[in-house]
Amino acid sequence: MELDDLYRDVILDHNRRPRNFGALEAADASVEGFNPMCGDRITLRLRLADGAISDIRFEGQGCAISTASASLMTEAVKGKTRSEALHLFDRIHQLLTDDAAAADDELGKLAALSGVREFPARVKCASLCWHTLAAALRSTNPQALSAVTTE
Amino acid sequence: MKNTALADRPDGFDVQAVRRRFPILARTVRGRPLAYLDNGASAQRPDSVIEAMDDYERRHHANIHRGVHTLSQEATALYETARDRVVQFINARSRHEVIFVRGTTEAINLVAQSYARPLLQPGDEILITHLEHHANIVPWQMVCEQTGATLVVAPIDSHGAVHADAVVALMTPRTRLLACAHVSNALGTVLPIRRLIAAARTRGIATLIDGAQAVSHMPVDVQELGCDFYAFSGHKMFGPTGVGVLYGREQLLERMPPWQGGGEMILSVTFARTTYNGLPNKFEAGTPNISGAIGLGAAVDFILGLDRDATHAHESALLEHATAALSKIPELRIIGTARDKSSLVSFAVAGVHPHDLGTILDEDGIAIRTGHHCAMPVMEFFKLPATARASFAFYNTFEEIDRLAAGVERARKMFV
Repeated sequence: MELDDLYRDVILDHNRRPRNFGALEAADASVEGFNPMCGDRITLRLRLADGAISDIRFEGQGCAISTASASLMTEAVKGKTRSEALHLFDRIHQLLTDDAAAADDELGKLAALSGVREFPARVKCASLCWHTLAAALRSTNPQALSAVTTE
Repeated sequence: MKNTALADRPDGFDVQAVRRRFPILARTVRGRPLAYLDNGASAQRPDSVIEAMDDYERRHHANIHRGVHTLSQEATALYETARDRVVQFINARSRHEVIFVRGTTEAINLVAQSYARPLLQPGDEILITHLEHHANIVPWQMVCEQTGATLVVAPIDSHGAVHADAVVALMTPRTRLLACAHVSNALGTVLPIRRLIAAARTRGIATLIDGAQAVSHMPVDVQELGCDFYAFSGHKMFGPTGVGVLYGREQLLERMPPWQGGGEMILSVTFARTTYNGLPNKFEAGTPNISGAIGLGAAVDFILGLDRDATHAHESALLEHATAALSKIPELRIIGTARDKSSLVSFAVAGVHPHDLGTILDEDGIAIRTGHHCAMPVMEFFKLPATARASFAFYNTFEEIDRLAAGVERARKMFV
């Protein structure tokens, strides 16, 4: 029962067929995320135009939770401004860690990640891509290559 | 633990009798009976270990080697008796050769810093193998950086086996030390350490064996092996965490400087000069893990009280059963198929990430390890980010392995 809540159909689908997966040419920012506990890796590349994310793609290897989270994230933040995307990062962070946090329309499909918080060992899997995105957006010079870990 | 042949015990081993000695094995996890298949990470404790530590805490605790009062004398006697038990367990020549440390990691660091570092010259070589645990890689990288020595890595084959010839071929006049595992934690491979030690000795190369994964599975006689150092941890042999053993040949330990300074390791201290204590105290600065050592001594007694032929036969039967049951699962690949293997199975299932598998099996009360097993070069060799690993002790059952196989199959179907 709880397991079904973690591996919802949306998660399984995005793990099987990750969206926006692969390289992105002429990216404005390219940031690597790494979880040394489990070996999950993600490379996130994005293009910015007029202060908004005009394109975003990811590559790497990880479990179903981390893959689906990255796939859902790229769908959700494409077209969003930097501050809109960072606001979404805060909302997801809350959703993953705060039992009182409720999903609403703003989160859309991302609400599927709420089952993760019942599995504390897996929260880092879901949050790796989001920390990587935040690092990319917060860097004052988005062209700079940098790396982030969830440890 | 006598071998009683009964029809419902496929290998004639009375596993239920031995399970009753381990209180934790009776608990449930997420509503299911616990199937503890993560013994390679840490094994569980029998009642006698728990009781020995409890008795010490309740009745005998005081600092050791210090006071003239009764408790201090009792604590000292218990601590030193535990050392004697370890001397017997590995057949060391004397109690001078058994140093209590925090664990295998600390033991290897001690040898790296106190034996190797003063000895190594730029261009000297330390020889390890490709399947080592990070604890038998990083301390040598550190000492190489400090001294200008070079780390040389002997290969493994596609089965995860180490060929003695391939290691010996890398021994040169500059090789100062061979450091290798007795049993691989990531693959289960048993290394040909007798041949390796013999080859090293004829060339005047010192040897350190990382026995963390070996001592719970097979008798270890350091004199018969002929190694210079042998390191292992309490918690992988049914004892407590935070305590382990460095065995060292007395002649070498005598020549080595202390690696930590403090109380216990001194005979006299003035501001001008300190005289070091003799063995083994020279290497045991500070108040040690007294209850841990006592628990380790009780773990030794427990192991020596087993019919080790029977437990070994049972573990071999478990390995055979697990290998057969897992091999039937489509898309499952066993990682580490050396002919000489300890009772663990590392595996990968196409389309199912080990961490998802670990979570799904946990829902069934089954505990396995998932990840890189602190052996990232092994994962790199097999082109995998991680594997799932089921590691067995003699208290595991055929039924637990059947539950594992069913859980893996269930997970696989979820992700297809």
